[in-house]
Order: sequence, then structure tokens, then C-alpha cells
Amino acid sequence: MNHDTHTSPGTETEPVPAMQQILDNHFLLLFLGIALPTVLYIVWGIMEVVSIPIAK
Amino acid sequence: MAQFRVCPQSGLYFHKSAESLMKANAVAAVVFLLLAGVLALLVTLTRWPTVHLLPADAFYMVLTAHGINALLFWIIFFEMAVLYFASSTLLRSRLATPRWAWLGFWLMIIGAITTNVAIFQGASSVMMTSYVPMPAEPHFYLGLILFAVGALIGCFVFLGTLAVAKGENTYDGSIPLVTFGALTACIIAIFTIASGAIILIPTFLWSVGLISYIDPVMYRIVWWAMGHSSQQINVATHVAIWYAIAAIVFGAKPMSEKVSRGAYLLYILFLQLASAHHILVDPGVSSTWKIFNTSYAMYLAVLASMIHGLTVPGAIEAAQRKKGYTNGIFEWLRKAPWSNPVFSGMFMSLIMFGFLGGITGVVMGTEQINIIIHNTLYVPGHFHATVVAGTTLAFMAITYFLVPVLFRRELILPGLAKWQPYIFSIGIILFTLFMMGAGTMGVSRRHWDMSFADASTILGMTFEYPGTAKLMMGIVGISGVLSIIGGAMYVLIVVGSLLFGKKLEASAGFWQNFGVPLADSCYSPTRPERLGRPPVIEEHGSAGFEAPGTFVLAIVFLVTFVVYYFINWKYLASVWPMS
Ligand code: HEM
Ligand SMILES: [Cu+2]
Repeated sequence: MNHDTHTSPGTETEPVPAMQQILDNHFLLLFLGIALPTVLYIVWGIMEVVSIPIAK
Repeated sequence: MAQFRVCPQSGLYFHKSAESLMKANAVAAVVFLLLAGVLALLVTLTRWPTVHLLPADAFYMVLTAHGINALLFWIIFFEMAVLYFASSTLLRSRLATPRWAWLGFWLMIIGAITTNVAIFQGASSVMMTSYVPMPAEPHFYLGLILFAVGALIGCFVFLGTLAVAKGENTYDGSIPLVTFGALTACIIAIFTIASGAIILIPTFLWSVGLISYIDPVMYRIVWWAMGHSSQQINVATHVAIWYAIAAIVFGAKPMSEKVSRGAYLLYILFLQLASAHHILVDPGVSSTWKIFNTSYAMYLAVLASMIHGLTVPGAIEAAQRKKGYTNGIFEWLRKAPWSNPVFSGMFMSLIMFGFLGGITGVVMGTEQINIIIHNTLYVPGHFHATVVAGTTLAFMAITYFLVPVLFRRELILPGLAKWQPYIFSIGIILFTLFMMGAGTMGVSRRHWDMSFADASTILGMTFEYPGTAKLMMGIVGISGVLSIIGGAMYVLIVVGSLLFGKKLEASAGFWQNFGVPLADSCYSPTRPERLGRPPVIEEHGSAGFEAPGTFVLAIVFLVTFVVYYFINWKYLASVWPMS
């Protein structure tokens, strides 16, 4: 695989952009990737099923 | 002290324990693919009307086994190997807790065998979805649960390895894009397995009589949180493999790390919600829930797939143009190494996944249109285009790279290997198109006899599909057999190479294929050189769009998409005539 030989000077000291900080925070991503479908798909879906009135 | 070996061919580092685990998981994967392929042949020959091979009972048993061995065991064993590769090898880090990883591996093996035993005993022909109240034997569910626990352990070993790499400072900056793709797969896998536990553990308890009732609607909702999401593990993984192969074969760099990672983030956030497209005709949940989950949210995930589908060929085009293939719009593509199965397999996987699997998936995931094809053969037509043409072919392509690099054997039958991706692809294209065609004419999925002979002899009811539908099922049979031949070529080449391929390292013997390490002299305790080249997540894409050919491909894709979408609405209008 290719290796890039030129690194632009000063990359080390530049502040890391906010988006990159989010993408580098693996456990935040893990949390989001589980919380979102759990709430929007599973919990919401089950609440709709549970609220179906029982036949008499 | 952790031991590493450098592959002289690729420069990749392999941690001794991780290497063994990758091999064991990859070999297990291929064994289950072989089994799944034999079963696919039996299923296909039964659905081919003039052959109609198996009796009904055997058909449903074999169909259950085919779905589970292919979709779960082949794919997930392979994904474990990819997770270990993407964490340990790509980050040049030791693998966290190899013992746990081995425990996970053995749980998966025991689970897979247990479930197969249950299926072939004959009283668990419940299809891979195992909808309640259809009962399977307890050990059918138990095997699946063990398999899932094993896979979950593998996911944690992956996350642990990311932490080790960070702690031991093996890389600069952000993890590489391919590893990020594997992380996406791992996150989706954890949600998948958790959903599986929520539904399969109660179902197991129900099968042994400890729980008296499981609500079928509830079952379907939670089961599909697993069933659909597990397909998204595959998508995240095979996209990562596309990026990896573009880098391996062309030295291509992603057009924009930022855009590609952003697309993966959309996967993490939204891809799993599309599980709702399996529930589109179910009563009990509102249209608001259905449409939110399958449209507004899911289209963001589809957007992400289109981004990947654009940036991977775009990166290849840019790399090729840099090498001087600048004539016209498509010289870069014409002059690509089409006889190298690593490339050809990957590129056809990308094209077929987009054009066949992707477009049909979005169209059938539209609530109104779904009703036309729900539970018809259109559905397996669609998902063989995603999971066979997309995922399986991508995994096959990377295998041709891994046999020399990881297993240290030369490929046997290189001439056959050159053809394998083409034969497999031609088979799959026809197979999926004609399955979808038959499905559009109403032919059901999971159905033993499309002539309904029993219904007419027993009940005196007759029903006949149009002759075209029968013809299409004949073509499904023939093209299915062709794709199975393509699959068999892969298994032959891989197994043959591991057994008889020329040794690229003297100690790469028989048992080394199953995870026994190479000779001690191959490894050294010196730490790999730190992974430099931080993937800068640049603020702008490269100046201008440096890939006009890819742009044309993208336009063709969008036009196909739009036309097909409207054809389906038109067709829907004719299903329910208004007069
Ligand atoms: C390459 C050759 C293959 C052929 C010819 C083939 C053929 C078939 C056929 C004919 C069916 C039955 C459709 C029906 O009657 O409903 C089927 C079902 C299925 N196949 Fe394949 N298949 C192949 C490979 C694969 C692979 C590689 C996977 C997964 C990675 C896979 C996953 C499935 C699944 C999940 C089902 C559905 C089972 C169910 O309805 O419960 N197939 N296949
Ligand atoms: Cu789905």
C-alpha cells in the first residue's frame, strides 16, 4: 500500500475539528447506534402494539 | 510479549494470535458456504418447475438450512475475520484478549452445529425467520443464541482492540477508513445481537414450555430489528472491503475521508431503522411509524450508500488517471485489471449491489409499492442481489488477496480464478432478475409447488400462473445452477489453494490453515512501526470533481432509479383499477 510522504506542516498542532472529534469517539458512536433504533424502532413500535385494545 | 510478522508481499503486520483467529474464522466461513451452496442447489432444483426435485417436507427443511447457513454462518464467520483484520492488522496492534476471541469462536461453532442438527432432525422447518407460533425444537433456538453470544464476544474483542491500539499508541490521528467501516459494522452488530437476544431467548423459553404465549406481531417487530440490521452489518462490511480493495489494487485514496466517514455515520444512525420495511403490511402498527422508519430516516442511509457507491469508483478513477489513463471518460475503467479477481469481483459487487439490490430495495421499501410484491419471489430476488451479488462476491474477492497474504499459499488454478467472478455474476444477475420477474407476476416465495397440484386434487380448487411465470422459473433454475457453479469454483480454488497451493512460507502446512501459527522464526517481538499518515479529515473535497467517468455512472444510476420507481407506481395503479 502507498505511503504518503508529504505531511503538510503543522497538522499536529491544528485543532481537531468538532466533527472529527465525534467520529473519533467510538463509544459515543456505539451509544448513538444503539439508542436511536432502540427508541425509534423498537420502543415506539412496541408501544403501538401494546396500545391496541384487547378484543372483548 | 506480543509477536508480529510482516507479510513480505503486502507489508501488512499480523499479530500472531489475531492471525490464527482470522484463519480459523475464515475457514469456518468457507465450510458453511459450501454447505449452504449444496443446499442452494437442492432448493433451486425444486423451484425449477420441470425438475421439482425434493418432496415438500424436505424442501422446507432444506430451505430453512440454506437460509441460516448462508446468511448467518457463512457471512458472520467471515465478518469476524474481517473485524480482527481491520482492528489488529490495520492498526498494527495486538489483539485484545485472544482467549475470549477463541471462546467466541467455539461458541459460534457449537451454536452453528446445534442449529444444523435441529434442522436436519426435521422438526424445525420454520425458515430462518422462525415466526411464532410455528414451533421449532428448543435446540434450534439454543444454537442460534450460542452463535450470537459468540459473535457478540467477537464484537467486544474488536472494540477492545481499538482501545488497546489507542492506549499503546500504535497509530496517529483517526483510525483508517476501513477500520472505521468495520467499527460501523460492529456497532450495528451489537444492536442486532441485542435485539436477537430480546426475541430469541423468550422464544427458546416458550419452546421448552416456560412461557405460554408470544405475540406474533411483537415477535415480528423485534425479530426484524435483528433480521434486517444483520443485513446492514453486511453492507457496512462489504463497503469497507470495497475501500480496502481500491487501496490494495490501485493505491487509491478515498476522494474525501470526511465525506466517506460522514456516510458511515449516517449508517450508524439510520440504517437499522429500515427494519420496518419488513412490517409494511402488518396490522398493529401505524403508518406514521412505518413511514417514519422506512422513508424519512432510511433515505438518509440510502444516501450514504450512494455516497459510497460514488466515492469508491471515484477514488479508483482518480488513481487510474494519475497513472496516465486519462483518455476519454472511461479509459481508466477499460484499463483496470479485469483479469484480477480481487478487482473484478469487487467492482461487480459494487455495480450489482447498486443497480440490482439497491434500487429494488428502495422501491420495495416504499409502503404503497411493497404491497405488489410482498411475500413473493421478488423478495429473495432482491436480497440475493444484496447479500450474494454484493456481500458474498465482495468477500470472495478479498479472499483471493488473503490466501497468499494471510495463509501464505499461492492460488491454484489462477485461470479458473480469473473467470470465477464473471460466472458467478452472470448467474446471479439472471437469477435475481428472473426471480423478481416471477415475483411481480405473483409467484410466492417459500413455496414448494407453484402448480398448486394438491389444492386441485384435494380441494378441487385450481389456480394457474401465466405461462411466462413458469418460463421465468425455468430460467431461475438454470441461472441459479450457473451461479452455484460459480460458487463451487470459489470453494474449489480456495480449499485447493490452502491444501495444495505452493507454500510462500515453508512452515505454512496443513494445520496452519486452521490457526496453528507459522514457524517461530516468522515472528518477532519488536513492535510494528507506528502507523503514520493520519487520515486527515480534510475540510474540502479535492478541488473540482476529478472523476468525470464516475459522474456519468452516477447519472446513469439515478436515471435508472427514477425510471424504475415510476414504473412501479404505474404498475401499482393497474393492480387496483378504478372505474
Ligand atoms: C449462489 C447461489 C444461490 C442460489 C442459486 C440460491 C437460491 C435460493 C433459492 C432458490 C431460494 C428459495 C426462494 C424461495 O423459494 O423462497 C433461496 C432462499 C434464500 N437464500 Fe439463497 N441462493 C444462493 C446463495 C445464497 C447466499 C450466498 C445467501 C446468503 C448469503 C443466500 C441466502 C438466502 C436466504 C436468506 C434465503 C431465504 C430463506 C427463507 O425464505 O427462509 N442464498 N436461495
Ligand atoms: Cu431489511
